[in-house]
Amino acid sequence: MEILMAFVIGILFMCATYLILSKSLLRIIIGTGLLSHGAHLLLLTMGGLKKGAAPLLGEEAPSYTDPLPQALILTAIVISFGVTAFFLVLAYRAYKELGTDNMEKLRGTEGND
Amino acid sequence: MINFLLLPILIPLITGVLLMFINKHVMLQRWVASISAFVTVIIAAMLAHKVHTEGIQTLNLSNWDAPFGITLVSDMLSALLVLTTSIISFACIIFSFRGIGQEREKFNYYASMSFLIVGVNGAFTTGDIFNLFVFFEVMLMSSYVLIVLGGTKIQLRESIKYLLVNVISSALFVIAVGYLYSVTGTLNMAHLSERIASISADGQLGIITVIGVLFMIVFGLKGAVFPLFFWLPGSYYAPPAPVMAIFGALLTKVGVYSITRTYSLLFYHEGGTIQTLLGVMAVLSIILGVIGAIAYWDIKKIIIYNIITAVGVILAGVASMNEDALAGSVFYIIHDMIVKAALFLLVGIMIAITGTSNLKQISGLIKNYPGLAWTFFIASLALAGIPPLSGFVGKLLLIKGVFDAEHYWTGAIVLMSSLFVLFSVMKIFINGFWGKPLTYKGEEKAPVRQLMAAPVILVILAVVYGVGADFVFPYISQAANILVNPDLYIDAVLKE
Repeated sequence: MEILMAFVIGILFMCATYLILSKSLLRIIIGTGLLSHGAHLLLLTMGGLKKGAAPLLGEEAPSYTDPLPQALILTAIVISFGVTAFFLVLAYRAYKELGTDNMEKLRGTEGND
Repeated sequence: MINFLLLPILIPLITGVLLMFINKHVMLQRWVASISAFVTVIIAAMLAHKVHTEGIQTLNLSNWDAPFGITLVSDMLSALLVLTTSIISFACIIFSFRGIGQEREKFNYYASMSFLIVGVNGAFTTGDIFNLFVFFEVMLMSSYVLIVLGGTKIQLRESIKYLLVNVISSALFVIAVGYLYSVTGTLNMAHLSERIASISADGQLGIITVIGVLFMIVFGLKGAVFPLFFWLPGSYYAPPAPVMAIFGALLTKVGVYSITRTYSLLFYHEGGTIQTLLGVMAVLSIILGVIGAIAYWDIKKIIIYNIITAVGVILAGVASMNEDALAGSVFYIIHDMIVKAALFLLVGIMIAITGTSNLKQISGLIKNYPGLAWTFFIASLALAGIPPLSGFVGKLLLIKGVFDAEHYWTGAIVLMSSLFVLFSVMKIFINGFWGKPLTYKGEEKAPVRQLMAAPVILVILAVVYGVGADFVFPYISQAANILVNPDLYIDAVLKE
């Protein structure tokens, strides 16, 4: 299971890297979304899979899943959700104001003389 | 008062929430924001005194004993940085009354500022590595708002890059925490230190080095260390002066603090790969920073590149890892926060007068604004480290430590960098203040007298900090002592 997850995470990171390196702003945002999904899955996998029980069934439970990675992922998901929402609004506003979403045209040269 | 160390986080948080409800009443917002910032300064000073007399303060949130719950830890380093942060935020808020404009003030400027302080103080205080991530995000979220607030073209364009860099570095942070958790099974920094010590004793250094380097990349991105500084000159250039001041003084220093903390507490067992890497990155940051500072003819860019130099100098001390060098680093980081904030605010006033940041279009300001000129002059000398001002004491200790650690090249480069830093700021002084006075459009509208209050407070503080170094030194050496002996920190948190 861990091996499979490793491949899934690797593919997510690969797609994310490809999208982030493209020129269109929207693709970049989707790329950051995939990147944080990959990171969250990695966090889950790192906590250990295949325990086959709910987290914390009392002190005498024969087996239980580590609840901490789940708590961490929940926090991380909420944060990345907020940031992605902000990023989308920023991209829309920037597109309206600057008239382009092509990163090539968004280079800044103020103060460079 | 067991919850005392929570107050520098709690007060700005409550203020921020309150300010969001009164965002159309500008005068009321100013009063609330400045009084709350002032109270935070007093509380932070009391906290520093308490840590000095009673030792490290810890607080286990919700009474979950460490290492199971989230622990807040206030040792001398974090208490001093919280105090400096509070002072700088107070100065920037005072400056903002006249320096930011009503339009921005009406759109939750002070609230974002308060939340930024929550994040920064929290990052300095927390003793849990995932909680550090959360406070980083609080800080970054408010910084996104502050950098884009106003919505001018340049701000929108640069915010996109700033946001993208930080989203990627946050993802890397989560990955690094995940790896660390899978290897050690804990997130409490004191507990992590113990576990990593036992893993290193087993001889499995490789994985620890990998995680250490990953953390170095994450914090290096926030702290603008070479080669991860590339986003900084563009992004910090965009927002108005008070925001630039608070970014330049605080945000990069949070990255530097995190490197110092994780490196001195977690990765000191590690064979020396990270130490070498850190040393090389520090030296390259210094060199690149001075090249940038000398090359540009834009006053904002010159000061911005000086941030990178300062980060390099501080990390050069950290990489030497002995008590003198660390004391120097701690002294220098506080000095740099105060002086950088003052310089950014002064540059802000210059731009408010002249309407440009191009040094070639500014001349002869000393004729009409002698106060501004001499404040800038003192701040420049302090930045470069001319005795008896504050930069000198920090650099002296730091260089002594670096030479003791036999990093002679690093020491030489730190010494040489002071000259170039002096040259870069004197370039502003000579070209901008001397020469034939020019008249500028909209000059009479600039409220120079009111704006001067905040930078003057900071510069006086920098002078007192340098002249009164004897008085400050016990605090600094206590901070360095804990960095050198992580067992003190671990014992205080885990109470064995």
